[in-house]
Amino acid sequence: MNDARSFPDATRMNRGPGLLRRRGLWIAVLVVGVGAAGPWWMSAFYLGVLTTAFYFGVFAMSWDLLFGFAGEVNFGPTFLIGLGAYGAGLMNNAGWPIPLCLVGGASVAIVGGLLLALPALRLRGPYFGLVTLVAVLLLLDAIVIFAGFTGGEIGMMVPSILSVSASVNYWYAFGFMVVSAVILFVLSRSSLGLILQATGQDRIEAAALGFNVTKFKVAAFCISALFSGLAGAMLTFYEGTASVDQMVDLSIAVQIIIAVVFGGRRTILGGVLGAIFLVLFNELLRPIGQLNTFVVSGVALLVIVFYPDGVLGYALRWAEKQ
Amino acid sequence: MMRNAEPALDVRGLTKRFGGLVAVKDLSFQVQPGEILGLIGPNGSGKSTVMKLVMGIERPNSGTVTLSGVDVAGWPTHRIARQGVGIVFQHSRPLHRQTVLENIKLALLPDSLFRLVADPLVDGRARAIAERLGLGNVLDRRPPTLPFADLRRLEMAKALARDPKVVLVDEPFAGLTPSEMTMFSELIDDFRRDGRAVLLVDHNVKSVAALVDRVLAMYLGERIAEGSAESVMRDETVRRVYLGGAIETHPRKELDARTVEPFLDVRGVDVRYGKAQALQQVSIHVNEGEFVSVVGLNGAGKTTLFNAISGLVPYDGEIHWDGESLRGRSPAAIARAGLVQCPETRELFGDLSVRENLDLGGQHLSAASQRAQLAWLFDLFPIMAERERQPARTLSGGEQQMLAIARALMMQPKLLILDEPTLGLAPVILEQLSKALGRLRETTPVTVLLGEQNVTFALPHADRVYVLEHARIVWEGDPGRFAAEMGTGYL
Repeated sequence: MNDARSFPDATRMNRGPGLLRRRGLWIAVLVVGVGAAGPWWMSAFYLGVLTTAFYFGVFAMSWDLLFGFAGEVNFGPTFLIGLGAYGAGLMNNAGWPIPLCLVGGASVAIVGGLLLALPALRLRGPYFGLVTLVAVLLLLDAIVIFAGFTGGEIGMMVPSILSVSASVNYWYAFGFMVVSAVILFVLSRSSLGLILQATGQDRIEAAALGFNVTKFKVAAFCISALFSGLAGAMLTFYEGTASVDQMVDLSIAVQIIIAVVFGGRRTILGGVLGAIFLVLFNELLRPIGQLNTFVVSGVALLVIVFYPDGVLGYALRWAEKQ
Repeated sequence: MMRNAEPALDVRGLTKRFGGLVAVKDLSFQVQPGEILGLIGPNGSGKSTVMKLVMGIERPNSGTVTLSGVDVAGWPTHRIARQGVGIVFQHSRPLHRQTVLENIKLALLPDSLFRLVADPLVDGRARAIAERLGLGNVLDRRPPTLPFADLRRLEMAKALARDPKVVLVDEPFAGLTPSEMTMFSELIDDFRRDGRAVLLVDHNVKSVAALVDRVLAMYLGERIAEGSAESVMRDETVRRVYLGGAIETHPRKELDARTVEPFLDVRGVDVRYGKAQALQQVSIHVNEGEFVSVVGLNGAGKTTLFNAISGLVPYDGEIHWDGESLRGRSPAAIARAGLVQCPETRELFGDLSVRENLDLGGQHLSAASQRAQLAWLFDLFPIMAERERQPARTLSGGEQQMLAIARALMMQPKLLILDEPTLGLAPVILEQLSKALGRLRETTPVTVLLGEQNVTFALPHADRVYVLEHARIVWEGDPGRFAAEMGTGYL
């Protein structure tokens, strides 16, 4: 919803992107307004579906920051999400209140992010990708092995939930997503985002320009882990359970990646579009039975093959040409 | 006055080993502020390693690298950069989705996680640097849309952005046209006038002679000469390493070609790329057992001609091979018919070992003939036997070229097409390669079609020579007549 190429200091931008930027801002305000008013014009069913989709959107945006900007091939975004969800769930079961559990869950995820950053500094591309896959499998194993605490494959019930009201839950999720989107979007367009892209593209050249590549990579992992973990923890308290099927499984990881590529890599906001599309249409097409995932994945695949820049990437290019 | 005498870059006893290989051996040199030192040496001499050691991309095993009094040997790259060293890489990889201006701004940002908005001064500085390097008109363009020379300018702008005291430039003139070379010489000269110490790394003295104050020549990791460009060029050792020499020819007994039809017969071939005419009415022929060279400058159309023969580009006209038209045959079918091209880009499988690359070339052979072919190739290129288990990627440029030729020969071609085998190779390697080609010609019946820019390399083994100029064949004859008739006109 903004010009992907503009530099943060908007005042000095030349006319073209400036106009686009202002229009993008108005569109963003409008979308947020309509979204916030959701409970007044949507049925409880849609509110529930979108609540999940918003958390999913945060998963997607955090992944985009790490992959699209820092260039780290992370095939296991659910590792960080699962740490946040189960970390918060365990703390809640130990009697901690929700706000502390959210902080705790996010902290566990950040520790996980730091652990992932270690191999990322030594390995490149597909090799690091493999490490992230193994990390998810290890987490799955750990959850099953310690089933006494984690509930294993059935999932772990938590005593507290965010709210019983669908509207309130919707607002929590929507608010959290909007705040995350603003922070991640601003970060991606800031000097930090620019340096991250440089380190993602060519470590040696970035270092030769005087940037401590290690520091920036570690920061990217921490930021991505913070939002992934927080979203995982929030989703746990919305659902009342932390579950392997919904938060850790590799098929969820794949869905997150599809959401980002479908929406537009390196746009941050595209991830939200992709997440809403995937979650919403999976629900809407439920009447056709098992075929729903097949149809949704098929459509996503077509978009990815024919518009590799994703929906938002394509829209931005189109807007720029106008 | 003591401060003035202090060199900006002072390297002493620098040594770097890769496993058993000593890439740089006890090397010492100084560069003063406002001085340009040319670091030259053939491929594999260690000059690029020296640059990487200074920049901290590789860590030295021993020795010191002192920048204005501070020893930075073994420091991480970003700290050395902050200490006042800038580098202009030969291959640029700018951010493609950002504009030229943003790419320069990147270089001006502080190494901080928490400064999210750039200092307002950054914009002005970036614009000033762009203006100075002649990028003023392309500030809002994105790198993929820029011509090659502007990309090199952008690299220089990034290196210059932090106002470095020492600038390292890797092969400053690679890929530039003569007029662009003049422009870049002036830019580098400006660095000197600003009082920066400049280290130019290049293959040969000639290309940097006009620009440098001093030259340090390296060979096999060691200094072999140091001094003015003229004195280094006159130096005995340097001359031996860079054996250039006069054009030689080795005529052999006239092949009786008139009785048979030409092996390869190209008649009136035209190739167009959009509006550009890449080949115009080109006719050449190659007889069985012949060694034919097509010489021409970059862009004359040599590669296009070979690609037309290999069926890789569409053409008008006729190409006959062994009496049959090649029109409509797929590139794979043409290669199977024994017409094997060894492209200028080499196309090796970098992660596979030398042996595996060769085995791939010999896939269609029986095990016995594969062994025999391999033994013959190892005899022809002894270095390949030594490097048998090494990944192709780790070979030097010259060794990679030999491997590319060896792999093509594994396919037992009837006609071997060699496109610009000397590209990017140092003279000493050329000599080895030339010897191998000589033996190839004398010991086997293989027919060779060689495309070359380097006449000294192309002529010694040729039975016949074509000169290709601006998409046309302008001369044909035996190499003995070339010097007399074309010698001065060629360049």
